Amino acid sequence: MPLNPDPAIFRAVVSTIVPEAAALDDGEWCEVTQVIEALLRDRPESLKRQLRIFLRAIQWLPVLRYGRPFTRLQPAIRTRILAHLQDDRIQKVRVGFWGLRTIVLAGFYGRPQAARAIGYAASPRGWEAVR
Amino acid sequence: MKRVAYDIVIVGSGAGGGTVAQELSPLCRQGLRIAVLEKGPRLRDEEFTGRELEMAGALYEDGGGFLTADGAMTIAFGCAYGGSTVVYTGTSMLPPQRVIDRWNVPGLTHADLDCRARKFMAENNAHLVEDDLINENNKLFVEGCRKLNYDVRQFPVNIRGCRGSSLCNLGCPNQAKQGTDRLQLPRAERNGVEVVTRCEVLTVGEKTLAVRVAAKPPGAKGDPSAWEPGDYRIDAKVVVLCAGAVNTPALLLRSGMARSLPRLGYGFTSHPAFIIVGEHSRSITNFVGHPKSYYLDGAESNHFVLETCMYFPFITAKSLAGFGEPHSAFMRAFPRLQMILVLACDEADEHNRVAIDKAGRPVVHYRFQAKAVVGLICGAFTAAEILFAAGAVRVHMPVVRDTTIEARDAARLPEIAAAAEFRPGKTPVSAAHPQGGCSMGSNPSDSVTDSYGRVHGLPWLFVADASLFPDSLEINPYVTIMALADRVAQRVREEAPGLLERSL
Repeated sequence: MPLNPDPAIFRAVVSTIVPEAAALDDGEWCEVTQVIEALLRDRPESLKRQLRIFLRAIQWLPVLRYGRPFTRLQPAIRTRILAHLQDDRIQKVRVGFWGLRTIVLAGFYGRPQAARAIGYAASPRGWEAVR
Repeated sequence: MKRVAYDIVIVGSGAGGGTVAQELSPLCRQGLRIAVLEKGPRLRDEEFTGRELEMAGALYEDGGGFLTADGAMTIAFGCAYGGSTVVYTGTSMLPPQRVIDRWNVPGLTHADLDCRARKFMAENNAHLVEDDLINENNKLFVEGCRKLNYDVRQFPVNIRGCRGSSLCNLGCPNQAKQGTDRLQLPRAERNGVEVVTRCEVLTVGEKTLAVRVAAKPPGAKGDPSAWEPGDYRIDAKVVVLCAGAVNTPALLLRSGMARSLPRLGYGFTSHPAFIIVGEHSRSITNFVGHPKSYYLDGAESNHFVLETCMYFPFITAKSLAGFGEPHSAFMRAFPRLQMILVLACDEADEHNRVAIDKAGRPVVHYRFQAKAVVGLICGAFTAAEILFAAGAVRVHMPVVRDTTIEARDAARLPEIAAAAEFRPGKTPVSAAHPQGGCSMGSNPSDSVTDSYGRVHGLPWLFVADASLFPDSLEINPYVTIMALADRVAQRVREEAPGLLERSL
């Protein structure tokens, strides 16, 4: 796991960004992880470190306000926390969330099954495949 | 370190490099040695699968995720045999007279560029797509524009034998797009030009280049380089840089040329863009057919251009703002989605520029200008208007707090627009038209090259890519790049006896 040794944190964040992820089985979670690992393989170590720190901050900052880490909060409160990060007045925080959100979306929608599930069926055969 | 010698070396193989290679290739018959050095790989036809992450990783710099220094915008550009011409949609536009006149480059006229551009439009088979091959995503754009009396126009596109895969931005799986990888480079190679892939130019000095050839990574797409992996020194009598508006300025900067060329890297523009998505109540044909057939040009009056588009699941998800259920709802509606790309017309300024980091890698400093933000917002609401006029039941709007606008609120669009907010780092912006950084002009105090792309003070060194643009082009740039590259090649040919120290 390139971002966090604790899969529970990662899964809680992914499921908040993409609610459908809550229904993934272990094999599908493994695919999400593999896509993200492949995406980050050639990226600078500093970027991976920033993403790890960001994930840890998401897990532990809620303790200050809600008395519990992110993984032990209700989905609605998790959504509120991520929305705060997305709208933060500091651009670096917004950019950090945007980066995390981007790799989560790549992990989820980069899988062929996810593309099929939303009805995306582009084919190299083009018109011939649909007519 | 191995040493190799050529008469002419061309760095990069996209719209600029491919054109220069073709136009200079007849010189090979007179015994000249010409090489094209391309950082990316050359893929075999069967390797173009249309699978999103796989192809993005194989064909784009940083997999399509090259970020500006502040991380607020992604810049997508190709890194393969054929450069960005492998991954564009093939929209073929003549250089606009108002823009070329405004550039005001001594010695460069619109008439000259226009004439050359038309030559490449014909060579690349640029034409209007036949009506029966146009999908509903495009037809609904036309319908919406016409209902609103907007002057919608059709793009000429450079395709031959298009099957309508809609996968242009992932490299055409049917080899229909007539990029330099299909036309100019193969022609140049037939005439004797050598193309060396996986070959990164580290620095360029006095008629010499330091380059590194990479081994093919295990499991990667593409052929191995024609050269053994390792470091090389290449002697060349003429060098033409065509590595694009990010990599050409960066190469010159890490070669220590900033002192003699104070404008190096400055004047970077990119047409920052985002998508506006409308959901219809029924499925429409969207991920089949050529994705980009129509546009609405609001550049002159409102600083934006609207273009039809259709992206793939991940890029669409990334381009929609927000997260959670509202975001997922649009993703689940994929077969019912109509998409419009909003491009803003940014301007060259003193902040936006290409620099390098300590390791010599390119860093793009980019700040969104007020005029470009106005263009994006104005374009976004015009797009929403078009989507509703075409029958969309709801629209995703990335520049308002509640990103979903229902059709019942369509009449309130002006009121909603008044509360629009653009927040770097939240609003998902990307760009695919990097331009500037080595702009043309009169002398080193105002530019990097003359109007024929010759670097000031270095008669053997030329630039022939989008980095030459003194300011934003305000339309899709590849034909203009080819026209400029044609001028550069002409100048090299004319001066070849002197530059190459031999009679031809």
